[in-house]
Amino acid sequence: MTHGAVEPASMTHGAPVAPRARRPVAPREDLLRGVWKENPVLVQVLGMCPTLAVTNSVANSIAMGLATLFVLVGSCVLVSGIRRWVPDQVRIATFVLIIATFVTVADMTLEAVAPAIHKSLGAFVPLIVVNCIILARAEAFASRQSVGRSALDALGMGFGFILTLLLMGTIREILGSGTLLGRSLFGPSYEPWVIMVLPPGGFLTLGALLLVVGWWRQRKAGRAVPVNEPACAPTVGKVA
Amino acid sequence: MTDPAGTGQPAAADVRTSRLVTTLGGLGALAGLLIVVVFRWTQPSIQAHKAEVLRQAINEVLKEPDSYDTLYLVDGKLETEPAAGLDRTKLEQVYLGHRGNGGSVGFAVAAAEPGFQDVIRLIFGYDPKTGHLMAMKVLESKETPGLGDKILKDSAFIGEFEGAAVPLNGVKRGSGKAGDASQVDMITGATISSRTVIRAINQTIARLGPIMDAYARNATQ
Amino acid sequence: MGELTWIFVSAMVVNNFTLMLFLGLCPFIGVSNRIATALRMGAANTFVLVMTAVCVWVLNTFVLVYAPYLRLISFIVVIASLVQIVEMVIKKVSPVLFRELGIYLPLITTNCAILGLAIFQTSRGYDFLEGLSFAVGAGAGLTLALVLMASIRESSELANIPQPVRGTALVLLIAGSLSLAFMGFAGLLSSG
Repeated sequence: MTHGAVEPASMTHGAPVAPRARRPVAPREDLLRGVWKENPVLVQVLGMCPTLAVTNSVANSIAMGLATLFVLVGSCVLVSGIRRWVPDQVRIATFVLIIATFVTVADMTLEAVAPAIHKSLGAFVPLIVVNCIILARAEAFASRQSVGRSALDALGMGFGFILTLLLMGTIREILGSGTLLGRSLFGPSYEPWVIMVLPPGGFLTLGALLLVVGWWRQRKAGRAVPVNEPACAPTVGKVA
Repeated sequence: MTDPAGTGQPAAADVRTSRLVTTLGGLGALAGLLIVVVFRWTQPSIQAHKAEVLRQAINEVLKEPDSYDTLYLVDGKLETEPAAGLDRTKLEQVYLGHRGNGGSVGFAVAAAEPGFQDVIRLIFGYDPKTGHLMAMKVLESKETPGLGDKILKDSAFIGEFEGAAVPLNGVKRGSGKAGDASQVDMITGATISSRTVIRAINQTIARLGPIMDAYARNATQ
Repeated sequence: MGELTWIFVSAMVVNNFTLMLFLGLCPFIGVSNRIATALRMGAANTFVLVMTAVCVWVLNTFVLVYAPYLRLISFIVVIASLVQIVEMVIKKVSPVLFRELGIYLPLITTNCAILGLAIFQTSRGYDFLEGLSFAVGAGAGLTLALVLMASIRESSELANIPQPVRGTALVLLIAGSLSLAFMGFAGLLSSG
């Protein structure tokens, strides 16, 4: 029964459901929004935990980014596909169930395919479940929009997330270990800035990045822009 | 799903409880099914990898034995076949390496001890015939990169354990007496981590050493 | 050092959930403006952490030995229901406490710290008492980090901070310094 409900997801493709979708939005906009203008980490300040915890090397950042992208796209497509059949009261419960399923799949697959990376990411792979980006996109976008738009939005957000992780990972690995993807950059005479691959380095790097982004947005707007507070609080509030 | 497709999201008020339950239950069942399928599919390679990691570690600390047995610690004795009622995964295990001609090589034993940052896990080879260590390998540590993690990378430090007599005695590099086999030079800048490794081995030997010695004596008789 | 004390100290300062493992950052960034609020948030978190540790131990001991692959889903379901039940019970038993803590409880459901506790407790194979000690230590560590951050933010409230630094960027930079300070606790655990 439920299976049948999932299948015809493609039928809803392109059907404008949300009252918000008054003017047609170009697919390009759906895709690119997450990369810079509404970058989940740098602008929306979501998903801080993995951004800080696993970015001590480029390889870890890529693995975490890809795992999150997989869960994000999978969950958003499915949430959008079944949005007409899911009663409002159990909406969030359904989302969480879907996300947890995709994360379990990603966790087991990563452990089977790349055990070394799985080990160095450790508990942070299962913790993708509570990455606010996924629940926020599922609730704010996928539960109201067509499958196609949701997929594009999820892809864009996922790429935005990967880019941010990659930026963090590159800065921290170069400064903290003097390497890039494990290859030595400066030779043996370089004394690595070890603190950058340790927890304080995560906080300081992301703090500096947010500072630069804030300064840049303010300069571009020519006036003070409102400070971004983490948006997970209101999203999470709806869960209970 | 009584609701025909296309009616949009049902209004919050007129949804029956049964429908909520069916939606969640159906999705839950589907999720469970998917997970079991992926579990079945990935489990063989996950288990194979774990076994391979263990095999490599044992090979390294027992200097490439031709084969090895798993022994389980039951009531202060080592047994190859614990009684059927016991859960093997919960028993402490040591590994006994053999040469092709039937002689035993030594025991590979795992040890763990709180280090500088978190628990350090390691495995070491112990030869009951001589009472000396064969080798040591750190399996898991979260020690500070560039300092404490030298216990993983510093080959001079790791080499110190080869042929060292137990109980080990950690000394500052260059400050010990010459010719003392129990002496291990600690790493400068990683004293706490080095000391943790030494303590982990000493405590495990104090606990399991006599048991392994007894097993080895019985086996040769 | 006793095993239980060790787990407690490790979870509270050496491997502090917020400053060393980045768990529970949402309340750390969002609800750390006032010391009083931070204390209540910390208390609510500690309470749920301890309840979670008990539930996770029950699940691990009696249920998940048969179906380890359902671990994540069952943890999430249990945590979500637990927060709901705790909310209802507090509302019934002590309306005053509910007014104090109530608004924070829903915030806790998808807080990484709770799920993180459940996952670490499982992967390290803690028994019942070790799990409790771990939960209390983690809760104390979260509260400590929240209160420290809140007191710094309270003191710097009237400072003339340039616009781009305000908000999350400032919190992260302060957290970086706190995290640096907490690194000094490393080594506390090895007794020799």
